[in-house]
Amino acid sequence: MKYKVEMKHITKVFGTLVANDDVSIAIKPGEIYALLGENGAGKSTLMSILFGLYKPEAGEIFIDGKKVEIHNPNDSHKLGIGMVHQHFKLVETFTVLENIILGAEDTKKGFLQYDEAVAKLNHLIETYQLKVDLNALIKDITVGQQQRVEILKMLYRDSDILIFDEPTAVLTPQEIHELINIMNGFAKEGKTIILITHKLNEIKAVAHNCSVLRRGKLIGTVKVSDVTVEQMAEMMVGREVLFTIKKSPIKLGENIFKVENLNIEGKGKHLVKDISFEVNRGEIVGIAGIDGNGQTELIHALTGLMPFHSGKVTLGGADITKSSIRAKYEAGMSHIPEDRQKHGMILDFDLQSNLVLQNFYQSQFQKNGFLRFDAINENADTLIDRFDIRSEGGPKTVVRSMSGGNQQKAILGREMARDHDLLIAVQPTRGLDVGAIEYIHSQLLVEREHGKAILLVSLEIEEVMNLSDRILVMYEGEIVGELDPKQTTVNDLGLYMSGAKRGVVQHG
Amino acid sequence: MVRTKKILSGFYNTIKPSLIAVAFGLLAGLIIMLIFNPGEAFQALFTLLIGGFNGGLTGIGNMLYQAAPIILTGLAVAFAFKTGLFNIGASGQMMMGAYVAIHIGVRMELPGGLHWIVAMILGMLAGGIWGLIPGLLKAISNVNEVIVSIMMNYIAGHWLIYLIRTNVFNGSYSRSLNILPSAQLPMLTSIFPGSTANIGILIAIGVAIIAHIIVHKTTLGYQLRASGFSMDGSKYAGMNTKANIITAMTISGLFAGLAGALAYLVVGKTIGTAFNIFPEGFDGISVALLGLGEPLGALFAGLFLSNIRMGGFYMQIYGFVPQIIDMIIAVIIYITAVSIALQAALRIYGDRFKAWFKNRKLKEDV
Repeated sequence: MKYKVEMKHITKVFGTLVANDDVSIAIKPGEIYALLGENGAGKSTLMSILFGLYKPEAGEIFIDGKKVEIHNPNDSHKLGIGMVHQHFKLVETFTVLENIILGAEDTKKGFLQYDEAVAKLNHLIETYQLKVDLNALIKDITVGQQQRVEILKMLYRDSDILIFDEPTAVLTPQEIHELINIMNGFAKEGKTIILITHKLNEIKAVAHNCSVLRRGKLIGTVKVSDVTVEQMAEMMVGREVLFTIKKSPIKLGENIFKVENLNIEGKGKHLVKDISFEVNRGEIVGIAGIDGNGQTELIHALTGLMPFHSGKVTLGGADITKSSIRAKYEAGMSHIPEDRQKHGMILDFDLQSNLVLQNFYQSQFQKNGFLRFDAINENADTLIDRFDIRSEGGPKTVVRSMSGGNQQKAILGREMARDHDLLIAVQPTRGLDVGAIEYIHSQLLVEREHGKAILLVSLEIEEVMNLSDRILVMYEGEIVGELDPKQTTVNDLGLYMSGAKRGVVQHG
Repeated sequence: MVRTKKILSGFYNTIKPSLIAVAFGLLAGLIIMLIFNPGEAFQALFTLLIGGFNGGLTGIGNMLYQAAPIILTGLAVAFAFKTGLFNIGASGQMMMGAYVAIHIGVRMELPGGLHWIVAMILGMLAGGIWGLIPGLLKAISNVNEVIVSIMMNYIAGHWLIYLIRTNVFNGSYSRSLNILPSAQLPMLTSIFPGSTANIGILIAIGVAIIAHIIVHKTTLGYQLRASGFSMDGSKYAGMNTKANIITAMTISGLFAGLAGALAYLVVGKTIGTAFNIFPEGFDGISVALLGLGEPLGALFAGLFLSNIRMGGFYMQIYGFVPQIIDMIIAVIIYITAVSIALQAALRIYGDRFKAWFKNRKLKEDV
């Protein structure tokens, strides 16, 4: 059997970190091959080596059985390797067509020639059902369409080894379904597809073979149809992972948080339109929606990071509509912010200072205006212990040098340890690995057990479905549905999220 | 022993950028000296470095007298910088401080022990008010403090002339009147005979220590540093970021105002009525940069700067004319400051540039 791509004994070292340790993979033509691993496992490094971004310390690469030297992306392009990056590399103010031909333009006497490109692209669009308007501006099309532009870019350059880096992170369930169809189409054509992901269900749905990396080492390569999702997860994390979140029966308490007719206008449109809802003690209310449908603005308004035009917000009976951010915290609000590096932390402060960010002024941490470093240090020790926050230098570690997962654990710990009735958690597991996600989910459920009210905002459908007791779906700034996760399917939720379906929303 | 060694190496790593910068500055100065007097350039450089110590205790005393105001303007710039603000208006704040101190020193009659204290404190407050204004404008309507504070240097420059002419004018010399002896800062001539050394340097050292404590030990400093590192983060934390801006600019102005008072509460020291923006305010930027934005760093940087200024004076024996010496010192300060800024930029933008470069290559080639 002849392999399309072979990487043999690849080792790549960054300083003291061994990102790839003697990794070997082999991929057949027409195969969809998945690379599975947690953040930092080395899967992106491995693909970057194939793509010519890094030079390995040791190892060889074979394409079509021939040994090749890939020094830069130019070489990989010539070998027919294309890559769709997690963060698209598109010029927002250019049209789809201009973006696709960028860097491979046809010119005649210095003038751009579009005709041939358009003909070729129309053919590709038809063959692979990659519907997109060539003359639309990138900023006017959806994220799913932007991804198709990236795919067309590869195809336009005649690539037959296609690397997808976390391609489904930004898509709706329907779009994910379409993408899977497209990938299957490529595979039938004989193209080779490498899928970098940490989402096990997708691998199960689309991939033939799967290599699992952990801490730079190849743990194993399995035939996807032979293994269960649980087995793959165990290979990835190195221990058993609990997938079924064990939720205790709901113990609904009194109503604690109430939002009435909230409106935010901006950029000439309604960002948030007449939103009303309540959160009770002991329940997790999930807000689902595709990125950019007003969730960020809604939360910023509720937490005080952004002003809003009308509406009323009450927490524990107190009207906090016009309260300062500090007064909101004092009224019992905790907030795990969407952007943990921008808002949740002062990255250049050490960990212990970050763990008292909202209550450094309270008498336990200061005396006559002087910080009580002993108390601050002790507080850090307690939280580090309780929430398993790992860092190089303990309380004195500069937060910027900590891993994303541990930064998030620190925020979670700080927000949970502070006196509060309501926890607003926005994308609490974004960018984290399976182990950290599992931990954060379990902690959110502990909060629920303790009778706190929890408002969870997430772009991950699974997360919203598994954790929430009620789901509110946002679309274009409105709540378009209130769903019971036990009586809803992922597909149904997706229809609400994409605006195709609207439901009755009961207030109060 | 091991512990001491560790602390020392930590200290060395902290001040390394400053040492590199100074080395670059001196190298640039040496090149100019080699151009003008190749034969004695190295002796001249040595003299420059020895600075005030060339003149024994008198020289040291004069060096300390000159150091006080630039330490304080350095503290002013460094303190604002900790809150993420660039106070380029230390000159204007210092001018207002100097004027008020002179006014009180000339026009008020108070007992000796009290007069200079009142003059000094009111001068300091005047600087604080001059710093408060750009702080308010920034906090309320987000007007850039750099532009406001630099423009306020010019307002201060012209207003100063008007105030001197109307209130404390010495017509025969076209400058401000001499302050009363009771308003003069207590001198340290018993330690540094024949010099102008006064307790100004002790006050400057004290203020540097107080600034260090405020920045690193108090809840106020905690908030100001948080705002300086991340406005978004401190807003999320529930801090009043607007109040932080106003407080930081006011304290910064207080330091600069104090610099003005200390520099002019000396009998015989007057302000002329030609338009002139005090250069000490801009020295403060160099001092703050060289001191790596730390109050204690500004203390040492101010002493260093003052010392090579004195060294310039003694360099004349090697046949360098004063203008050339001024140029050499300006080059040393300039290159030093630029080198610090460059090193900082390299640290911050170096990685970003690498990432950008990688992405760019990627885009071109894909």
